[in-house]
Amino acid sequence: MPKSNTILYLDGVSVSFDGFRAINNLSLVLDKGEMRAIIGPNGAGKTTMMDIVTGKTRPDAGEVYFDGQVDLTKHDEAEIAMMGIGRKFQKPTVFESHTIEDNLMLALKGPRSIFPALFHRRSAAEARQIDDILGIIRLGDKRDELAANLSHGQKQWLEIGMLLAQDPKLLLVDEPVAGMTDAETEETARLLRDIARDHSVIVVEHDMHFVRELGVKVTCLHEGSVLSEGSLDFVSADERVVEVYLGR
Amino acid sequence: MITGRFFAAGADRRIAITIFILLAIAIIVPLLNLAVSPTSAFYVPSYVVALTGKYLCYALLALALDLVWGYCGILSLGHGAFFALGGYAMGMYLMRQIGSRGVYGNPLLPDFMVFLNYGELPWFWYGFDQFWFAAIMVLAVPGLLAFVFGWFAFRSRVTGVYLSIITQAMTYALLLAFFRNDMGFGGNNGLTDFKDILGYNVQADATRSALFAASAVTLALAVFVTWAIVGSKYGKLLMAVRDAESRTRFLGWRAENVKLFAFTVSAVMAGIAGALYVPQVGIINPGEFEPSNSIEVVVWAAVGGRGTIVGPIIGALVVNAGKSWFTGVLPAFWLFALGGLFVAVTLFLPKGIVGMWDSWRGNARALRAASITNPINGEAGTDPAVPPPPKIVRSAARTPGDWSASGPEPQPAE
Amino acid sequence: MILTRAIGLTLLLLLGMLSPSNAAEADLRAIIAKFATASNFSATEAVVRELAATGDTAVERPLGALAEGDLYVRKADSLVFIGKAAGGSVELLDPLSGEKSGDAAKSEITKIKVNNTLRRAVRDALGTLTLGAKDPAARIAAADTMFKTPDATNIEPLDAAIASETVASVKALLEQARAASVLVSDRPEADKLAAVALIGGRGDRNALSLLTAVEANSEGAVKDAATAAIANINSTLALWDAGQNIWYGISLGSVLLLAAIGLAITFGVMGVINMAHGEMVMLGAYTTFVVQEVIRNSFPGLFDWSLVIALPLAFSVAALVGLVIERGVIRFLYGRPLETLLATWGVSLILQQAVRTIFGPTNQEVGNPSWMSGSFYIGQLAVTWNRLWILVFALGVFAVLLYVMKRTPWGLQMRAVTANRRMAASMGIRTPWVDALTFALGSGIAGIAGVALSQIDNVSPNLGRGYIIDSFMVVVFGGVGNLWGTLVGAFSLGIVNKFLEPYAGAVLGKIVVLVLIILFIQKRPRGLFALKGRSVEA
Ligand SMILES: Nc1ncnc2c1ncn2[C@@H]1O[C@H](COP(=O)(O)OP(=O)(O)OP(=O)(O)O)[C@@H](O)[C@H]1O
Ligand SMILES: [Mg+2]
Repeated sequence: MPKSNTILYLDGVSVSFDGFRAINNLSLVLDKGEMRAIIGPNGAGKTTMMDIVTGKTRPDAGEVYFDGQVDLTKHDEAEIAMMGIGRKFQKPTVFESHTIEDNLMLALKGPRSIFPALFHRRSAAEARQIDDILGIIRLGDKRDELAANLSHGQKQWLEIGMLLAQDPKLLLVDEPVAGMTDAETEETARLLRDIARDHSVIVVEHDMHFVRELGVKVTCLHEGSVLSEGSLDFVSADERVVEVYLGR
Repeated sequence: MITGRFFAAGADRRIAITIFILLAIAIIVPLLNLAVSPTSAFYVPSYVVALTGKYLCYALLALALDLVWGYCGILSLGHGAFFALGGYAMGMYLMRQIGSRGVYGNPLLPDFMVFLNYGELPWFWYGFDQFWFAAIMVLAVPGLLAFVFGWFAFRSRVTGVYLSIITQAMTYALLLAFFRNDMGFGGNNGLTDFKDILGYNVQADATRSALFAASAVTLALAVFVTWAIVGSKYGKLLMAVRDAESRTRFLGWRAENVKLFAFTVSAVMAGIAGALYVPQVGIINPGEFEPSNSIEVVVWAAVGGRGTIVGPIIGALVVNAGKSWFTGVLPAFWLFALGGLFVAVTLFLPKGIVGMWDSWRGNARALRAASITNPINGEAGTDPAVPPPPKIVRSAARTPGDWSASGPEPQPAE
Repeated sequence: MILTRAIGLTLLLLLGMLSPSNAAEADLRAIIAKFATASNFSATEAVVRELAATGDTAVERPLGALAEGDLYVRKADSLVFIGKAAGGSVELLDPLSGEKSGDAAKSEITKIKVNNTLRRAVRDALGTLTLGAKDPAARIAAADTMFKTPDATNIEPLDAAIASETVASVKALLEQARAASVLVSDRPEADKLAAVALIGGRGDRNALSLLTAVEANSEGAVKDAATAAIANINSTLALWDAGQNIWYGISLGSVLLLAAIGLAITFGVMGVINMAHGEMVMLGAYTTFVVQEVIRNSFPGLFDWSLVIALPLAFSVAALVGLVIERGVIRFLYGRPLETLLATWGVSLILQQAVRTIFGPTNQEVGNPSWMSGSFYIGQLAVTWNRLWILVFALGVFAVLLYVMKRTPWGLQMRAVTANRRMAASMGIRTPWVDALTFALGSGIAGIAGVALSQIDNVSPNLGRGYIIDSFMVVVFGGVGNLWGTLVGAFSLGIVNKFLEPYAGAVLGKIVVLVLIILFIQKRPRGLFALKGRSVEA
């Protein structure tokens, strides 16, 4: 397979924990600018796949390439994040003892070394960016509140906002709409479609309604490898997917 | 009450007042000691100057520890080692100043070396006859040790109690090493019998007052520097690392470097504290490396309120004043009191005096939503139903929410 | 095996001391009386020979006294006594029994004069004397003395002894003693070469020093043979040395294991940082002290049982204190390890000071029961009984603990609560109880460790302080939450420590070990046998 036009390229990736194979010979290719939805039963290895891409977990075998040429297995989390891979966790993790605004400020794209941070002064451009993002995630009126005081759904939004602030090339979004109302879910789908216009995105989600809203190619993982891939209609018609995931 | 307004004010004003008070006593106390007649009611006796000067050094040490513990969640049980190393660097300068006035009258070798049959001055004693060199070493030695230690520890992601335990092992190893006569640091007697500092008699009242003033000014400076660090974007990052280290990594920050910087700065501050301490107490010996000393520092910070700037200073002053009082009146009970303090402060006063003051000022009901002090239900703070108290938001942003940044479940030691 | 042999040996030695040959006593006294009439040195020497010829060990006392110049004749009745100067007068002792039988002024007695020839004759006599003794242990002792002080004149008596010797092991020793004597005699080279070979085969330090002397004093083939034999012995000795180091290391490891094993439960399984762990050990040691005090004062006969009695008591005391600590402090701090660390440190200060107030700050005397004292050899390996018992005890405690954790319902509940508290609670496990009991178990084990450690360490209020850092090192090194890791950790740290000591000295060795552990934790932050999985990373 040519890697040249891919943003993410996984081939034959395997990882096991204490003998348990969480990812088993997984191959997955994401083209530049593509958005992909990943579904699959609990424990299928979706989150683990993201752990591998972001450098949290080292694969036992296989190739993981970013942007067609960077071997991600040779880099750690911070380097990978700096290359332009952003991640939203399944369990929303924000900096609870900071305000929403400070959360975004820490995520904002820019130099990542100590001394610039020590003497940092917020520029007008940064302030504007933060305002924009606050507008998008609809937390503008709460900018000075501690993140600890946000609801579950609001934390999800804040984390998406932090992703936006990071402005990565590839976004990995793990279950973004868990704990959201239907209206919020639709809103999130719209936001992601918006983002996908100039970013590559992988979304993991169990909410089939949301996946349908996204309207993108779907990959179904099962027991650590790809079970089925294609349009949502194609995948949900697949006997095996129905068997292990969707149910009859 | 003045103190009432002082504590109720916002965090920044509190810092300003602290700095002001420190600078004021740096001038007033020496004046009251030197310029006022001993019969006057305003006279400050010399021993009080020496004692409070010592406390100020402890306060600086506690502040240094709080920078890493309160703001970055690194519970160092080895900060006494940095303090002692700074003290030894200063002690070596003071030893060399004795010159030929020692018991053995050797112009080059300190008494203990003559006693232990040293032929010549060990190489690492060179340069310590110069104050500027010793001053650099006061900063460099603790800083370098912290840098090397931290570089290894943080890079390999040693965290939580593991880190605490190896910092304790570090100071313990140094304790054993400095007890050895052939290390060249005076063995278990340490360095003492100092005569001069910068040409002035260390015993003289004027010198003591000057050292007191130096301690107070240094502490004021340290308060300012800590405040500046903590208030910067880096400071926010520091707290972010404390609360969710891996999240900062996925944002592209090198959490290990963030910690390393704070750890090194903190060690340098501790070293300065030790260097100011030694001429005021007149001795430095390996006992300063005792792991129990380092743990005591932790309780100062905890009593005052960790994760605040004035907290550790208040804690160090209060606990040490209590210690002096107890050892005078009921010496056998001091350890009971200290032990009880450890237990009480962790159980009943997890945010220390300053934190308690803030809580008391704030709306008690709303505060429960904002903080995570409740030990049983660590998720109380995430409860969105209760509106947050608008008044304390800023200062609360500076004080840590929960204590050790870990879930409410007992885990296999992180 | 070793045990029975050692006991047998001790018994033999005891018997040997207890069997005086009463029948011969009168004869001996008659011969001794002849000293009074011996008028010159050669006459005295004849008496010495006659005494030696009896082959009775009882003559050692008078002969020894003679060589020292302590044998006197009372002028009044020509009786022979051993004299001991006591102030102006001389205390007279019976030459055979050594019992006091009066005083005399210096003028009332005459000293039996000795010269060098005579002294030598006495020494030879003393050496050969016991060669014919009935008791093999006495013969072994004699052979040993002769080996250490070889003399050409020994050869003949040794030849005789060898011919009549029936016990093979004693015979071998006698032959070695003979060989040693041959080497200092003017026997032909061939004999000497054989002797060198024989002594080389012995392979211990005595053989080494003997051969070194031979190497220095001889030339030619004998010298070469000695050189070769020395090299040989040195390499054997190096092996034994290594063995001895390993034993010291194992012994230290067992101490570490004892100290750390309770911590492996509280810290490793429950995740509670108990800085008062060392004080639990101390409480156990003080319990032993109290038990021994009571026994000394009221039931002296039970002293050998004191440790056995102390064990359950120490366990109960420490477990009870542990229970109180858990209920009173730690349970409010679950999930906050750093706070637990501080609070338990405070508890440790209080416990220390309490013990200091009650018992005083000084070391307390805790005795070793008879079965814990003394030592024995395996080859060149010196093994003390207390260390051996502590090793056995440590392994026993470990085995019991392993059984409790892995095979009992309680252990299962303990592990369940550790793995997932909420889930365990919802399955009907009473988690607070399990927590409290687990902590009490860990503390109780620290208490019984204290019983053992009271045998080899000073029992003072600071006893626990010395162990706390080491114990944490062991648990962290071995891997938290893994009992086997603790076992391996304790023994490897013990052995590494003891191997470093000869090169670096005790203190530096310890520092090196600490630094190594610090480095090791950097490499493997979760220890040798780490738990894996998401729960750990949380
Ligand atoms: N660090 C780890 N240690 C041990 N097992 C792990 C680890 N990480 C993942 N696993 C195991 O790998 C399997 C895949 O987990 P993963 O979280 O990737 O599933 P998922 O597809 O994200 O499921 P869900 O839909 O529930 O989020 C699970 O069985 C999990 O227990
Ligand atoms: Mg998942």
